[in-house]
Amino acid sequence: MNQLLGFIKKEFTHIFRDTRTMVILFGIPIIQLMLFGYVITTEIKDARIAILDHSNDNVTREIKNKILSSGYFLLEANLLQENEIDPIFKKGDVKQVIVFERNFAQRLEREGKANIQVIADASDPNTAQMLYNYTNGIVQDYTKKKYAGFTIPVQIKSEVRMLYNENMVGAFMFVPGTMALILMLISAMMTSITIAREKEMGTMEILLVSPLKAPHIILGKVAPYLLLSVIDAFVVVFLGNVVFGVPIRGSLFVLAFLVILYISMALSLGILISTVANSQQVAMFISGFALMLPTILLSGFIYPIENMPYALQILSNFMPPRWFIDALKQVMLKGNGLEYIWPNILILSAMTIFFLALSVKKFKLRLE
Amino acid sequence: MIRIGNLEKSYGEQKALKGITLDVENGEIFGLIGPDGAGKTTLMRILVTLLLPDKGFATINGLDVVADFRKIRTMVGYMPGRFSLYQDLTVAENLQFFATVFGGTVEANYHLIKDIYGQIEPFRNRLAGKLSGGMKQKLALSCSLIHAPKVLILDEPTTGVDAVSRKEFWEMLNNLRHKGITILVSTPYMDEANLCDRVALLQNGSILSIDTPAKINASFKRKMLGVKVVNTSQRYGCVNLLKEMKGVDSVFSFGDVIHVTFHHADIDEIIVREYLFGKGQQDVLVEEISAGIEDVFMELMQKN
Repeated sequence: MNQLLGFIKKEFTHIFRDTRTMVILFGIPIIQLMLFGYVITTEIKDARIAILDHSNDNVTREIKNKILSSGYFLLEANLLQENEIDPIFKKGDVKQVIVFERNFAQRLEREGKANIQVIADASDPNTAQMLYNYTNGIVQDYTKKKYAGFTIPVQIKSEVRMLYNENMVGAFMFVPGTMALILMLISAMMTSITIAREKEMGTMEILLVSPLKAPHIILGKVAPYLLLSVIDAFVVVFLGNVVFGVPIRGSLFVLAFLVILYISMALSLGILISTVANSQQVAMFISGFALMLPTILLSGFIYPIENMPYALQILSNFMPPRWFIDALKQVMLKGNGLEYIWPNILILSAMTIFFLALSVKKFKLRLE
Repeated sequence: MIRIGNLEKSYGEQKALKGITLDVENGEIFGLIGPDGAGKTTLMRILVTLLLPDKGFATINGLDVVADFRKIRTMVGYMPGRFSLYQDLTVAENLQFFATVFGGTVEANYHLIKDIYGQIEPFRNRLAGKLSGGMKQKLALSCSLIHAPKVLILDEPTTGVDAVSRKEFWEMLNNLRHKGITILVSTPYMDEANLCDRVALLQNGSILSIDTPAKINASFKRKMLGVKVVNTSQRYGCVNLLKEMKGVDSVFSFGDVIHVTFHHADIDEIIVREYLFGKGQQDVLVEEISAGIEDVFMELMQKN
């Protein structure tokens, strides 16, 4: 026991003395969260649009006001003629042009139907689609409220409501994903590097010759990073909540349990990597390629799993972050408890045990 | 204390040890002498249970290095060839760490390291990476002694250390021997062989000879002349001249002195001096010298 405590104390000293490690531990999580939160957001704010209003009556003015006051759009130009549309798209700033037909209010009153044409710059299809959805939503909302008293004609409209993330806030998506990424980075990468460092510096030779057993060395390496990763996880949850307004609807205990389980999984993966890597560079390379990319690409963090080719969908089942991100979203956004996320817990536990067993088995008690 | 029988070890095709047999007695300083690649490190790593032998056996205090490796790890002190302490920990932290890892305290065995650690204790709060070569070596020795091992295995402890520190280091080893610790030490320096109780000369994974340094020196039966060249820039030319001389068997330069042996016993210092004089080398001292371990080593190497 004393041996283990001595080992853990030594590990903490290594961590606190190395500025690089400290930056990776506490600087990178915050920077990454901010980057993912702000840069790669999928929500639209202040998209520039132009309006061509052939009618310019009280109804079109009302609709225009509603659109421009929504916060999603900024009016770049009021157009007068059809032939101005093409040049303004080519300039590149304007993402969407809204065209009201002639006699808009008149037709709406007489025929119960009037047309708005939405032309979007689909060189970025996601943005175009989203802008269209926003515009459509605002127009529908307007007609619904304005003609609320009218019973005839009954119009059937399709309405989409974005559950759990009503405003489609990107941060809701990215905070859980970033957490999966950061914890993987710190836990797996740092443990694999620190064990590889002992091999590289030759100190492993002395540790092996000492009476320390494999579990001592492994546990001694893992314990400090487990603690620091948990702190990091809470920094991320806290920042996500304060800065991006990501809610924590589920129980904090379930959340903590889930986070610790995922960290343990990542740590055991890190140890496994270190049993194969003999230098810090190799350890970094393996954790970078074998862990980071799948965490970002195949976990549903950025790209929805449902849209992947079938083979990749199968492959994503073997990516631990996939199960973590899914469970994390359930706990944080839906407020689900263990009764919903137990399959994820089970899968993550199984993965942890598998990696741990494999690394204890592969841990070499000698130099070869 | 250490018994090694017909030990073999290969790395792939490369045979590192080709059947080593030797015994180290209780409480002696035993030296493994040989050039780089002779198999010294491999042999030591097998003894400290870091490597598995292919064939043969090795025991320390009756414990097998393969079967009883756990027990051996508690009773052997090991200092690898490369400085292997934590450079980002201080002197005191390193010592403390190794004491705890072996399940003891610094205080419990302080008497063992007092002479050695006492010299670096004024720098106890300095990072190990910032120490000089000699100080690093003293710290490493302290750390390998802190659990009071019965056997100390030191892999080239004096390589890369200045002459004064080397001398001090051997004095420390001598003191430790008096405390009853058996010491197995390897070195590429022939002059250090004379400081051991017994030595084994190792070459290409085989033992050339095992004996006390005095007996090994005495095993050299032939006459040997030492040639000292006053103007050191002339030494290399002088070596070449001697190699060309008729009747010369071997010419090796060790430090300041060129060691020369002959096929014929009747060649003496006067003949050599006249030969060199005739070739334009005036400032040379030639005298008969007694052979050192390096000469025996060279002779044995030539025979094999």
